Amino acid sequence: MDNFASLMHGFSVALTFHHVALMMGGVLLGILVGVLPGLGAPNGVSLLLPLTFSMDPVSAIILLTSLYWGALFGGSTTSILFNIPGEPSSVATTFDGHPMAKQGRATEALSFAFLSAGIGALAGVLLITALSGWVAKFALRFSSPEFFAVYFITFASFIGLGGSSAFKSIVAMGVGFTLASIGMDTVSGNIRLTYDFDVLLGGVSFLIAVIGLFGIGELLLTMEDGLKFNGIAAKVRVSDVLRTAAKLPRYWLALLRSSIIGIWMGITPGGPTAASFMSYAMAKRSSRNPAKFGKGEPEGVIAPETADHAAGSAAMLPMLALGIPGSATAAVMMGGLMIWGLNPGPMLFTERPDFVWGLIASMYLGNVVAVVVVLATVPLFASILRIPFSIIGPLIVVICFIGAFTVAGKPFDIWLALAFGIVGYGFKKLDYPIAPMILAMVIGDKAEDAFRQSMIFSQGSLSIFWSNPLVTSLMAIGLALLLLHPLQLLWRNARRLTAARAARG
Amino acid sequence: MAMFRTAALAAAIAIVPGAAALAWQPTKPIEFVVTSGPGGGTDNFARIVQSIIQKNKLVDQPIVVVNKGGGSGAEGYVHGKAGKGDPHKVIFGTNNAYLLPYVAKLAFKPADFTPVASMALDEFLIWVNGEAPYADAKAYIEAAKAKPGTLKMGGSQSKDTDQTLTAMIQEATGAKWIYVPFQGGGMAATQLAGAHIDSNTNNPNENVGQWKAGQVKPLCVFSPTRLAKSEPVHGGKGWGDIPTCKEAGLPLEAFQMPRTVWLPADVPADAVKFYEDVLEKVSQSDEWKEFIARTAQTGRFMKGKEFAEFVARDDAANRKVFEAEGWVVK
Repeated sequence: MDNFASLMHGFSVALTFHHVALMMGGVLLGILVGVLPGLGAPNGVSLLLPLTFSMDPVSAIILLTSLYWGALFGGSTTSILFNIPGEPSSVATTFDGHPMAKQGRATEALSFAFLSAGIGALAGVLLITALSGWVAKFALRFSSPEFFAVYFITFASFIGLGGSSAFKSIVAMGVGFTLASIGMDTVSGNIRLTYDFDVLLGGVSFLIAVIGLFGIGELLLTMEDGLKFNGIAAKVRVSDVLRTAAKLPRYWLALLRSSIIGIWMGITPGGPTAASFMSYAMAKRSSRNPAKFGKGEPEGVIAPETADHAAGSAAMLPMLALGIPGSATAAVMMGGLMIWGLNPGPMLFTERPDFVWGLIASMYLGNVVAVVVVLATVPLFASILRIPFSIIGPLIVVICFIGAFTVAGKPFDIWLALAFGIVGYGFKKLDYPIAPMILAMVIGDKAEDAFRQSMIFSQGSLSIFWSNPLVTSLMAIGLALLLLHPLQLLWRNARRLTAARAARG
Repeated sequence: MAMFRTAALAAAIAIVPGAAALAWQPTKPIEFVVTSGPGGGTDNFARIVQSIIQKNKLVDQPIVVVNKGGGSGAEGYVHGKAGKGDPHKVIFGTNNAYLLPYVAKLAFKPADFTPVASMALDEFLIWVNGEAPYADAKAYIEAAKAKPGTLKMGGSQSKDTDQTLTAMIQEATGAKWIYVPFQGGGMAATQLAGAHIDSNTNNPNENVGQWKAGQVKPLCVFSPTRLAKSEPVHGGKGWGDIPTCKEAGLPLEAFQMPRTVWLPADVPADAVKFYEDVLEKVSQSDEWKEFIARTAQTGRFMKGKEFAEFVARDDAANRKVFEAEGWVVK
């Protein structure tokens, strides 16, 4: 109840004309930033940071977080329309979102994405409101072995997911792991796999990989198919948005499950990207007709979007309460906190309640504002698909390359994006899945660090992964997920065999 | 007409000496190259300097901050080296500018940069969990000695300041820890708060949030003198109440990390002077003093000879540890 009173106070801080105007501005800027692949929320926030130096901290954080929400929404737009994820966390949205757009259901896909994202975000904020104290304490129980277990669950839930063979998934994952290990290694302090090329010192950004594999790879495929987007004939009506909204309650189970996964991954440091992948995997596994996934199933859009945003907002809690940034964007914002004169940490809640609760209240309002604004842009974005390919195609190429350059301001990244484009095209042609590779790139090095830190902790004994109830149960879930798929296959084969024998006999 | 021309000429002549006296001025936007990722200590340092320069209009040209934190900051230095002769690139770092090339094979060396100034010294402390039974540094060191190689010391990165300091403490006291490298000081702070490790050597700013909450407590500071007096942080104690490690009986004088600013090689001496002046003004501003107090660093502005001597001393002390630990790359 205490929290509720504080929240009401927070609303009184956030609900001024000045702050609501900042939210609108932030969301609009964020959508723009999110739509451009590569620019992304972390870059957008750091570009805007100098502007906030002269603002008071509450206004500043409201502006920056609104930009973040806007960027998360914008990132889904390009995933669905062009198969180019604006943010790494919207990679999973492409799996079903883009097929839907190709079938002429872009409006439906976009509306589903935005509405479920809004619901996910609200679920995340509700949790922060209700359980902030408890969650902050719970998160302290996490150390390297627990982190590794969380990453392990994410990888395990992904095994046997794609349509392609397990062998191909493992190859793709291996390539991702290799790419993730380029650059400085935290644990040993050595530089790996750079072959004395200075441009590789900072590692290979997965943003570049996403731009190349999805954006450019997709364009190459489209060109081969005959230089046109399908679904051009789709009509765009505002009433479609409302009709989609009416359909949403049917997916309550997916919404609930994805919110829980998202919140869980946001608090434990899995982050939004891992959350969206895991949620997609879980949705497909528990679906009655998993064959429909990847071909334009609405649940395949709802699941990753809900989890992505639930994780995105829940990740604000570790940042405020512990001073650990849950995402790249949160890291930039934490730098902002320092400059505005605040120390993130357990005492921030008691020292600066106006700031913390103003921020939490603005998360409610900001997300509502964001959903309204993005829904209004759906018809606009969906009609982009009507533009002939000869115009939009080259534009996408330009945007992809600009995006690749803006990630770190390195001309080398443009070439890298092109190379990834060719790899993406090759992967598609040879039926290798791209998603496991991206997943390995995003959390592969973190998983590796967590594993090796655990080994330092235990001086080389694997028993550390079942040394306390928390890590034991996490590892058990991971192993269960890992073994479930082969066992299912075995079971099905055995049944088929006995059935065949029975028929013969 | 002729008279006008003469007047113009006279005016031009009058202006010229004035222009020469103005010396070097930036003619295009200035790039602040940060050798850490967003949110890191060096990032905060550079952005505070940027915000003070902007607020007080100390420089006419706009300032752009770029983060190049790859390879523990090596990326930023390599980028800075490429700006040879360009005084519009200002590189922000720590002692990693001259220490990184020892421990990793990199395409830059200290001679690729022109030293400008060191604006502050960041301090290191021994921190233990708030519930830990150790009353002072001596008790903790004794506990570590009693069980050699079992207590865990956390820090950020490998072969960086935290591990160097841990090696120095081990060398000086004969105790032995398991050093666990984390991604950053924030992570080392929460791991200590959760009692997953026994101690860390974080900077004040990295642990202050946890100290306020009583989740961690400082034992001693590796500074020649006590830190500046401050408001009480926790349990009635402030930064100034923490004993120096020497007072606490550790045979280790000091370990501090400079917050340094560099220009690329081959820049005009005027340009170095220009930045020295701007940064000195920054270091005298109230905003800077407030930042230094809040992060409990030691505000000591060094330039020219003083800075060069500091670097030489720091370089020698660290190299000794690197060589003893076998970290130096050939």
